[in-house]
Amino acid sequence: MVTFPGSLDDVDAQRAARLGGHEAVPLWHGDHDLRGVDAVVLPGGFSYGDYLRCGAISRFSPVMAEVIDAAGRGLPVLGICNGFQVLCESHLLPGALIRNDHRRFVCRDQRLRIENTGTPWTRSYTQGEEITVVLKNGEGSYVADEATLDRLEGEGRVVARYLDGNPNGSLRDIAGISNAAGNVVGLMPHPEHAVEDLCGPGTDGLGFFTSLAATVLA
Amino acid sequence: MPDTQQLPPDATQPTGRPGDGPTGQVDTVAAAAADPARQQPWADLGLKHDEYDRIREILGRRPTSSELAMYSVMWSEHCSYKSSKVHLKQFGEIPQETPAGAMLAGIGENAGVIDIGQGYAVTFKVESHNHPSYVEPYQGAATGIGGIVRDILAMGARPVAVMDPLRFGPLDAHDTHRVLPGIVAGVGGYGNCLGLPNIGGEAVFDETYLGNPLVNALCVGVLRHEDLHLAKATGVGNQVILYGARTGGDGIGGVSVLASETFAADGPAKRPSVQVGDPFMEKLLIECTLEIFAAGLVAGIQDLGGAGLSCATSELASAGDGGMHVHLDSVPLRDSTLAPEEILMSESQERMMAVVEPADVEAFLAICAKWDVEAVVVGEVTDTGRLHIDWHGERVVDVPPRSVAHDGPTYQRPYARPRWQDALQADAAESLPRPGTGDELRRALLRLVASPNLCDKSWITDQYDRYVRGNTVLAQPEDSGMVRIDDRTNLGVAVSTDCNGRFARLDPYAGAQLALAESYRNVATGGARPLAVSDCLNFGSPEDPDVMWQFAEACRGLKDACLELGIPVTGGNVSLYNQTGETAILPTPVVAVLGVIQDVTRRTPSHFVHEGEAVYLLGTTREELSGSEWAHVIHGHLGGRPPRVDLAAEQALAALLVEASQGLLVTSAHDVSDGGLAQTLVESSLREGIGCRVSLAGDPFVGLFSESAARAVVTVSETGTAALTALAGHHGVPLTRLGSTGGDAVVVDGLFEVPVTELRAAWSATLPAALG
Repeated sequence: MVTFPGSLDDVDAQRAARLGGHEAVPLWHGDHDLRGVDAVVLPGGFSYGDYLRCGAISRFSPVMAEVIDAAGRGLPVLGICNGFQVLCESHLLPGALIRNDHRRFVCRDQRLRIENTGTPWTRSYTQGEEITVVLKNGEGSYVADEATLDRLEGEGRVVARYLDGNPNGSLRDIAGISNAAGNVVGLMPHPEHAVEDLCGPGTDGLGFFTSLAATVLA
Repeated sequence: MPDTQQLPPDATQPTGRPGDGPTGQVDTVAAAAADPARQQPWADLGLKHDEYDRIREILGRRPTSSELAMYSVMWSEHCSYKSSKVHLKQFGEIPQETPAGAMLAGIGENAGVIDIGQGYAVTFKVESHNHPSYVEPYQGAATGIGGIVRDILAMGARPVAVMDPLRFGPLDAHDTHRVLPGIVAGVGGYGNCLGLPNIGGEAVFDETYLGNPLVNALCVGVLRHEDLHLAKATGVGNQVILYGARTGGDGIGGVSVLASETFAADGPAKRPSVQVGDPFMEKLLIECTLEIFAAGLVAGIQDLGGAGLSCATSELASAGDGGMHVHLDSVPLRDSTLAPEEILMSESQERMMAVVEPADVEAFLAICAKWDVEAVVVGEVTDTGRLHIDWHGERVVDVPPRSVAHDGPTYQRPYARPRWQDALQADAAESLPRPGTGDELRRALLRLVASPNLCDKSWITDQYDRYVRGNTVLAQPEDSGMVRIDDRTNLGVAVSTDCNGRFARLDPYAGAQLALAESYRNVATGGARPLAVSDCLNFGSPEDPDVMWQFAEACRGLKDACLELGIPVTGGNVSLYNQTGETAILPTPVVAVLGVIQDVTRRTPSHFVHEGEAVYLLGTTREELSGSEWAHVIHGHLGGRPPRVDLAAEQALAALLVEASQGLLVTSAHDVSDGGLAQTLVESSLREGIGCRVSLAGDPFVGLFSESAARAVVTVSETGTAALTALAGHHGVPLTRLGSTGGDAVVVDGLFEVPVTELRAAWSATLPAALG
C-alpha cells in the first residue's frame, strides 16, 4: 500500500487487504524499496494536492520507479481512483482521466459490471457479475482515442463498466481497464469502501482483494 | 505579478529593508516613546476611541503600529467576544461533566474533550465562517473547514469527520445560485482533499439569509487520554516553532474588517480579506502533527486561525509561564514585502505553532522535513511576563500578553424585548386556512415534500466524500452522523446539528431549547447516548437591542436546557453582525450534540427496512403549527408561538431509543420535526422504496403537519410489539400504533395515498431543477 503525500484511502485499502486475507505493508513514496511485497495497491486521494494534472507528480516519486519496474515483471498492481490516474500518468495504462462532464465532485453508490475476470484482481468474480461499490471522484472521466478504446475492447482489457447511469462522462462507460498482460489494473470506483456491511454499500468490493489470494498462492 | 522573492529587495522596496512598509520606517517601541503624539489609524482598524485610549493606558504610551495591529484583531468582536461574553459565561454554571463522567478539558480550550471510555476521548466543535463565505463562497467555506479541523488537531486529536450546517437565501434567488454552489464546492473541495468523511449537516433556505448566508463547520476528533495537548507555552527556554504554510498577505484584517462589520449594500468588495486554502498542505500538517504528538515532542501547541500570529503568540504566552520572545523576521514569508504589522495580522491558512523543549527541536524538525512541511524556530518562552517581538533586532512589540488575549473590552450591550414580539406571537398559524379533504391533504403533502427545506439534499451531499477512512456507520440523510472509533470493540460516536431559526424568532429562549432538543433526539434515534453540546450562535448586530435580546434569551434557554438534560456546553463560537442593512438573519443558534454508542453494529437506521412491520409514533402530538414548514411553505407565514418544550419528555424518549437500539428491538427510528409526521413517514419510505399504511386518530391535518417536539417514529416486528409497549411504559413515553410498513405507497386510511415513485419524483427534482 503506497502512501503518497495526500493519499487518503490508504487506511481503507489496508483494511480491505486484511479482510481479504493479506498482510498490508505500508510503502512510503520516497522509498526505493518495495519490501518484497506480492502486490501493490496505489490508493485514492489527492497525491501532492493534484494541483497539476492528477497523478502527474506522483509518477516521478522514487517508489513509482520501483513499481513501474516490478509491473513490467508481472507484479500485480491495482490503482484505485487517484492510483488509476497515477498509472495512466506513468504510462502503465493507456488513456487519461479528466474532469467529470458535469464538473462537480460526485460521491455515490455505483453499480458496475465486471467485464474481465482474468486479471489477478478480479478472479473472485464471475464474468458479467454486477456489483455495487462506492464511486467518488472529481476527475474520473476516462478518455482515450478511438483506436485505443477499440483495442482495449478487442483485447478484453475493459475490466469494469458503469451501469445505471454514467457518473462522470467516461467514454464507453469504462470504470476500469488493465494493461495487456493483465497484471496492472486501474479502477476509478472504490472497492475498498465496500468490504463491510457496516460501513459502506455492502461487501461487493471485497472480491478485488480476495482475488489476489488465489493469484499470490498460485 | 512578478515573483518578488526573485528580485533584490530594493527592486520592490525603494527604501529600507524588505517589510519596512511604504515609508521605509519600522515603528519601534523606542519610536513610540519618542513620538507619543503620532496619529494612528485605530478607527480604520475597527477600534473604538475608548478602546484605543485603553491600549495607551495599558502600555503607558501610544502603541507601535505592530502593537496596534495585534490589539485591533484580538479585541475585535470575533476574537474577544466583547458583546457576547457577559451572556456566554453562564455556560460555565453547567457542571463540566457529561453523563459518562468528567470532562478532560472544558470551555476555554480550543475545544472541549469528552471521555468516552476504553481509554478514548473525543473532541468536537462547531464554528462559523459566514462573512468570508458570502464574499468568496468557495474559499470562505473551504477555509472554514480548514480552521475547525486545525482546532481539533491542536487538542492532540486525529480529526475523523466533519459536518456542515448551512443557511442560504431563497432557492430561487439569483444570488443563491452564486453562493450555494461555491460554498458546497468549497466544503467538499477542502474536506474531500483532507480525507475526512462529511457525515451530516443541514441546508436550510430562508429569505433572511439572502445577503448573509451561514457557513458553520463542525469537526470531530479522537484521541487516547494520554495524548491530550493544551494550548500553553510553559518551560522557560523552550523553543517556539512555527510550521506549515508560509505567511502571505491573505486574510490580513480578516478578523476585524470582515467578521465584525455589517455589510453595506454599496460597500467596496472585500475579497482581499478572505483567506485562501491549501487542503493538501493541511493534510500534510495533520499527519505531521500527529506523528509529532506520537513522538512526544510537544509541550504546548496552538493552531493559527483568526488573528494569526497575534492570537497564537499572545494566547500561548498568557496560558503558560507568562512570557515569550519572538523574532518576527524569521517567519517564512510568501511575500517578502510584508511589513511586521501585516505578518502579525495575516490569516494565511495551514499554520501551527508549537512549544518544544530544546532537546526535542531536532527531532521535531526532522518529522516536519519527512512530510515536506516547513518549520522554523521563531522564538522562545521567557519568564518576563511580557510578549516581546523583534524585527531585525529592533523591538516592535512589548506588551503584557494577557492584555492582548484576554483583557479585551467587555460590553454590556443594551437589550430589550422587541416591541414587535407580542404582535408576532399573537399572529398564530393555528388560525390559518387548512386543507380539509383527503385530496387537499395529499396536495399539501406533495408541496411540502418538494419544498427547498424538506426536499432531497443529495445534489449537495453527493459532492462530499462520506466514506473515506472506512468507519462511517451513518451519514446524511440519516438523523445523525455516526463513525466507528475502534474496529475491534465497535465503540462509536454520533453527532447531529440542528436549529429551526423560525422557532427562535418566535421565541429565542424556547427556540434555542428546541434546537438542543432536536439535536439530542437525533443522536438518540441512531442509538447513541447524548453526552455533550457545542454551539454556533449566529445572530444579527449586537448594536441592535432587539438582536441582543434574542441572543441573551437564546443563551439563557440553552443554559437552562443543558442543566435540565445534564449535558455540558463544551465550547462553541459566536457569530454576530449577520445582517445586511436593517435586516437581521433569523436568530440561528445551531446546536450540535455528540453521543456515544458502545456497539455501532447495533445502531438504528432512520428508514423502513422490512415490509410487514408495525409502525409506532412515540410522544404526544399537539396542535402546534406556528413556525412550521406547513405555515412557511403554504402560507409564507411566520407568527405565533413555537412548539412546547418538554425536556423531561425528550429525556425519556432518548432513553427509550438508546435502550431499544442496544436490545435490537426496533428496526428503524426517525425523529419527527420539520414537516411533521408526514415528512417523517415519507423519508422513511423513500430510502428503500418500502411504503406504509397508517390510520390517524383525531384531526388528520394536525396529525400529519404539527411539529410538536419529543416525538419519533419507530418500526418493530409484529413479535416485538409487546416488548416495545412495555419499554414505552417503563420510560413513561406515550405510544400510538399508526399502522404497518409495506406496499409501494404511503397510505393514510380513508384519506389519500401517494405512490413512493410519485413522492420520489417530487422530492428529488427540486435542487437539480434550480441548480442544474
